[in-house]
Amino acid sequence: MSIGIIAIVLIAYLAMLFFVAYRIDNSTRLRLKLTNSPTVYALSLAVYCTAWTFFGSVGAASTYNLEFLAIYIGPIIVAPFLWVIYRKFIRIAKAQGISSMADFISNRYDKSITVNRLVSSLLFVGIVPYIALQITGIERAIETILSWNNDVQNSWVNYVDIAFIITLGLGAFIVIFTTRKFQNKEQNTGLIGAVAVESIVKLVVFLIFGIYVSYYIFNGQSEIYNSVPAESFKINKNNDFGQWFGMIILSMMAFLFLPRQFEMGIVEINHERQLKRAIWVFPLYLILINLFVIPIAIAGNQLFAGKGINGDTYMLAIPLLFKNNWMAALVLLGGFSAASGMIIVSTHALSKMVSNSILMPVFINRSFILKQFKDRNHKIPVFFRRISIYVVLLSAYLYYKFVVADFSLISIGLISFVAVAQFAPAIVGGVYWKLGNKKGAIAGISVGFFIWLVLLIIPSLFSHDLKHVYQSLGIDHSTREEGSLITSILFWSLGFNTLTYVLVSLFTKQSILERNQAVIYVDIFNYSEQIDSTVVWKGKAFFPDIRSLLVRFLGENRTHGELVNFAKKQNIELDDTQELDPRIVNFSERLLSGIVGASSAKILVSSVVKEEKLSMQDIVNILEESQKLILLNKQLQQKTAELKRVTDALKFANEKMKETDLLKDEFLYTVTHEMRTPLTSIKALSEILDDDDEMPEETKKEFLQTILKETNRMTRLISQVLDLENFESGKHQLVIESVDLKALIIDCVKSLDGVFQQEQIEVELIIDENIPSLEIDYDRIVQVFLNILSNAAKYCEKGNGKVWITATQTSEYVSIEIADNGPGVKEDMQQIIFEKFFQAKNQTMRKPKGSGLGLAISKKIIQLHEGKIGVNTRQPNGSIFTFSLPKQQNLH
Amino acid sequence: MDQYLHLAYQNNRIYTKMEQTKILIVDDEPNIVLSLDYLVRKKGFVPFIARNGAEALSIAEKECPNLIVLDIMMPDMDGYEVCKIIKANPALSATKIIFLSAKSRQEDIDKGLALGADKYVTKPFSTKQIMQEIITLVNL
Repeated sequence: MSIGIIAIVLIAYLAMLFFVAYRIDNSTRLRLKLTNSPTVYALSLAVYCTAWTFFGSVGAASTYNLEFLAIYIGPIIVAPFLWVIYRKFIRIAKAQGISSMADFISNRYDKSITVNRLVSSLLFVGIVPYIALQITGIERAIETILSWNNDVQNSWVNYVDIAFIITLGLGAFIVIFTTRKFQNKEQNTGLIGAVAVESIVKLVVFLIFGIYVSYYIFNGQSEIYNSVPAESFKINKNNDFGQWFGMIILSMMAFLFLPRQFEMGIVEINHERQLKRAIWVFPLYLILINLFVIPIAIAGNQLFAGKGINGDTYMLAIPLLFKNNWMAALVLLGGFSAASGMIIVSTHALSKMVSNSILMPVFINRSFILKQFKDRNHKIPVFFRRISIYVVLLSAYLYYKFVVADFSLISIGLISFVAVAQFAPAIVGGVYWKLGNKKGAIAGISVGFFIWLVLLIIPSLFSHDLKHVYQSLGIDHSTREEGSLITSILFWSLGFNTLTYVLVSLFTKQSILERNQAVIYVDIFNYSEQIDSTVVWKGKAFFPDIRSLLVRFLGENRTHGELVNFAKKQNIELDDTQELDPRIVNFSERLLSGIVGASSAKILVSSVVKEEKLSMQDIVNILEESQKLILLNKQLQQKTAELKRVTDALKFANEKMKETDLLKDEFLYTVTHEMRTPLTSIKALSEILDDDDEMPEETKKEFLQTILKETNRMTRLISQVLDLENFESGKHQLVIESVDLKALIIDCVKSLDGVFQQEQIEVELIIDENIPSLEIDYDRIVQVFLNILSNAAKYCEKGNGKVWITATQTSEYVSIEIADNGPGVKEDMQQIIFEKFFQAKNQTMRKPKGSGLGLAISKKIIQLHEGKIGVNTRQPNGSIFTFSLPKQQNLH
Repeated sequence: MDQYLHLAYQNNRIYTKMEQTKILIVDDEPNIVLSLDYLVRKKGFVPFIARNGAEALSIAEKECPNLIVLDIMMPDMDGYEVCKIIKANPALSATKIIFLSAKSRQEDIDKGLALGADKYVTKPFSTKQIMQEIITLVNL
């Protein structure tokens, strides 16, 4: 296979990945689907499996030592507990706006810039070799393929630095990938999608290759296994259970604390619900990808017995031996996807820290930088991020070039794991132990890293064989394997690290801010709602300053939106002249830290606000308020209770007043609201008439008629409102006279005769002839009748309408029933239809149409006559309106 | 390009995308429906009318309209509820929703937008504005 084909395969693969990410970024629908998908999340965690898994596992298994499995058993053991561990981390990260591991740690320890830089630099030192390892993995794979044909010897390929080209290529890819749309706060969905695709590719390729070896080259797995005596497998070759145990612990910590796992698992997760599926999908993934490791290793050992071929290259050597070039290309692709996935995510995570914690805090407020990016301040983070990406990748390349060349894949990986493990005490302590403090964290991490540096890194600079270095130094490790050596160094470094962290924390004091953060981290589940309202900060700040700072990095629109939202949620007034609420300052810092990282955000914010030292009294106040630790003595409690009683009484009085006011407001609102409906039709129809010259005559006429109808409706409504208002304010007095009810009823029916005839409604009167004349206001009672009757006419059964008017009497009352055979009034509406304040504040249900204010006025009139009004359901259908009038009026 | 499109609208020529554009108008006030129905038809869209929430839902499910103009205050089921149900239906995820309501308080508007509506227009509305919103949304 030529270098040309290899290049085409790899470039095509990268193009495919970019296409996937591009599609995702540009489709809201896909983005939503992916960010919420638990499967995609679980697959993105599989970035854990690197070139080391892909090529190295077979190499390790080819020695018949099953120790390599420990690296997968660790995460499998941790997986079920993710719901407990990760959920807490995620809660903290989301609540505090954290975008990297360095921010996560430093934010807990006094929001310290020192801690932030320390973590970032050490992670850089620890992870760069690991990235170098992946570059090596790809380079070695390509070399294996090329050198299989001997003619390469004199070819031009020898003069090209393949690793360098790969580094540059991946760098360009990562730059486009992670900084094209620069949104630090939101998830990098394109990245998640691409990583998920890479996870699928490496797994599928591994499985295909496993099946190819087992069933195409050999006749099934049993043939392979039978070729090797069972005793040759050693679960524990060196009889060193400490090593097994150490490896498991190491891989657990690596899985939890590697920056790329932190990035995928905690920063990029959308919702903690997604964890639930990861708990079983991720372990399943690890099991599947290891399924064929041992058969392939045995097959390789058989095929290449005595040929001196490194087990790490079996994956490629087997298809090449059988001249199966396509299979070799596929394996290369799988290995490349494993390596590039790791390189992309690790470089992304590391470059974020390098730029946010190391570069930007130094440069962000320098005048020459600000001058350079005059009106494009938001480009500063992008600029530094791009530089950082190349810093990380080129460092990895240099490490590869000068250090890594002859190391075995596994050792370098383990050395990185040990480095990452040094953060475990500070993280775990930070999240579960309130007393852990900044000095402890700095001391612990420093001690751990010092041991790591002296015992693992410095020796590696001298020789690729650690054992050899130790032996030549006279330290006897001759019987131990490299892996065992590394795990014992893990124990020593981690042990001293933890011990230093705990002891220093116990013997030094926490600052106030640190205490606050400690409580938030440890008790996050109690605090995640309150974080915004508990702020340990005192100082002078003015709104325009902080606002213009935010605008620089977030843009006008987003700044405005975020601030207004936050102020609304927290009930803060945004005033240009007043001193700013500390909550806003804190919130702004959090917003900025999403974009430029915690350290730079702190520097930026402190450049526009004047922070003051907190006095002891301030602290006491804040603590009491925020942590609800008000331990009052009895006297105080009594006083408080007394005060509360008085306050409650006042509150009650106040609320009553407010309620009356509110009712009035509601009335106004609903009246104007009710007017909007006819007004809307009138406006819309006249606009159309005005606009549209080609309108057919008929339509024009229909529109004009409708406008007239709606105008009448408005007129009616206005007079009703006035009526009602007059009744309520007492301006309308009843004009009482002696009235014959029967005559009144007949008058009413007559005046509606036209309507009844038109609608073909039959009216039936059943009136007690003995009803005496009543002392009532004739015009007003007629108004009530007309209102109810015209409603009845409106709702009667079409074509077969019937209305019954019944008047009966008791000793004190005359009662009138008006029934119809319409659809009736629903039970839950029977009260509401008489209400004046019909569409109250949160009510969105409309009361039955056409009722307007007529019934409210009717009710008022009857009430003024000291009668009652109501509505019932008629069987089988229809409604019965009933009202009563007293025979003896006491109104004079 | 924009200019041509604009001309196409002006001359009421049928732009291919519009041919199948279905607009569902939900309002219990027949006179408001009258004007909207006319306007929508004139632009070459296909209007569907529903007088209450239940009707709106059954038409929406059957026709998959491109856009729904939705009143809020209706008897039985209010517009918020209708919006919630439509937004929860994956088959209608492409359907845009404009609330058209006399409820003009900020809290009502916020509630409507929080439910996932694309626009909230208050009554009385300008016919030009509402048509502009409709055209913009269906062409997204």
